[in-house]
Amino acid sequence: MSNTDYYLPEGLPAPMPARDGLDLPYRKGLEEDKLIVQRCNNCKTWQWGPEWICHKCHSFDLGWEEVAPTGRIYSWERAWHPVHPALKDHGPYIVALIELPHAGNIRMVGNLLGDPRQEIEIGADVEAVFEHHKDAKMPFTLVQWRVAG
Amino acid sequence: MTERTLRGKVAVAGVGETTYYKRGGAEDAEFVLALKAILAACEDAGIDPREVDGFASYSNDRNDPSRISAALGIKELKFANMQWGGGGGGGSGAVANAAAAVATGVADCVVVFRALAQGQFARFGQGPKAPGVAGEPAYTIPYGMMSPAQMFAMRCTRHLHETGVTRDTYKAVSLATYAHAQNNPRAVMYGRPLTPEKYDEARWIVEPYQLYDCCMENDGAAALLIVSADRAKDLKQKPAYILGATAGSEYRNGAPCHNAPLYATSSFTSLAPRLYEMAGIGPKDVDVLQSYENFTGGVVMSIIEHGFCSHEEANEFLTYENLLAKGGKLPLNTSGGNLAECYMHGLELITEAVRQIRGESPNQVDNAKVAMVTSGPMVTPVSNSIFGSEEVL
Repeated sequence: MSNTDYYLPEGLPAPMPARDGLDLPYRKGLEEDKLIVQRCNNCKTWQWGPEWICHKCHSFDLGWEEVAPTGRIYSWERAWHPVHPALKDHGPYIVALIELPHAGNIRMVGNLLGDPRQEIEIGADVEAVFEHHKDAKMPFTLVQWRVAG
Repeated sequence: MTERTLRGKVAVAGVGETTYYKRGGAEDAEFVLALKAILAACEDAGIDPREVDGFASYSNDRNDPSRISAALGIKELKFANMQWGGGGGGGSGAVANAAAAVATGVADCVVVFRALAQGQFARFGQGPKAPGVAGEPAYTIPYGMMSPAQMFAMRCTRHLHETGVTRDTYKAVSLATYAHAQNNPRAVMYGRPLTPEKYDEARWIVEPYQLYDCCMENDGAAALLIVSADRAKDLKQKPAYILGATAGSEYRNGAPCHNAPLYATSSFTSLAPRLYEMAGIGPKDVDVLQSYENFTGGVVMSIIEHGFCSHEEANEFLTYENLLAKGGKLPLNTSGGNLAECYMHGLELITEAVRQIRGESPNQVDNAKVAMVTSGPMVTPVSNSIFGSEEVL
């Protein structure tokens, strides 16, 4: 079943929760359109991607905090050559690295929605779009981004 | 306590490789390729392969030292070493590990090797076909960031943005490397020159990389033999002494999901000073550079991080003419490297550095006494090494 609401074609590997449960709060948050990331309960350092220990103070008491789903473009790339059968004949698409200034400048990889041939400006403000794949065998959510305003 | 350094203690006594093939072109099993390269390196050094007592490799090479030892009837295995992670970033690291083993008496005659038959096993340039991914890949692969080119293009875009270095430097790296391959009969791209027009007109793989910014996918194997400096003097070939070799990366380079604090680097900023300190030389003393090209952008970053020019000087300095063996200020990738000789995961860059010291390169730099290698930019760990002739000891 195809769904044109998705940025990339179906059939790419789906994200699954880490086997050791490390990123469960993040994955659960996405189901409810919430962006939840790690923040150390002891020293308040933001941390991403998730890890079991705080890289700053070595506390194992890492909290999870909801943050505003906004950011700015830190870097980007436009992929043309398909490296997966699902992308064959799809054409170019944009992958962006988004930094979250309000959460210690942690960064996240996502797709930049809109025209895949658009001009891209590093530093541009973006907002998250939660792309729910409810019809997938194991439902999941991707965090996509679009230029704000 | 004696000085803790590799400088001058060990040397490369032999180098060897199989025929280099396009991906899928090798008829030999990958294990046979490994054996043939190892035997060639021993033959080159004039050492009985049964005298080898150690092996070092990287990137989870599939050819296990115990199997090789049994197959070759090696008398006693003393060192079986794998450099962890970083793909081709382990090349000089494997040399460092082998050198450390020989320098400290752990083993006496260590082979560094890499064998790859991408035609027989998974290709590097393709994404995974699994229905799902967990852990760090779950944060990139579902967004279509799956191949090495796609993983590293992101760093290069940021680097170009932060520094003002232009893609003309990428083009210069590619053209010079391909030009060198035209004089190297071993090179897969021998007889297939690259023109500026062909470079410009090539399709995008992933911006900012076009086709000729990317390494090939190949089958083959390469090996080199490391012995003590004293022993190397009595062997067949002119020794290429190891002046230094380091591996590693900067603070939190491996922070998950592209969160390395120093993102717009090729991971060498902390290694370069350590390498020069061990080698007792600086970038001005380097006669020829072999710099790992997974992608040309990584070469440009590596060159800058090793102090051959600054970011401000890069656009003017990194020109085609300056990177040529004949008359260039910084002769680069003189065998054709990963782009045009063979993607032997960068081990072909190390055998080429040795050949430059011996005076046997297909693009020999006049009077080359110091040859440097940078292995695997933009990954972690990366590694680097410097080789020298007896005169610079």
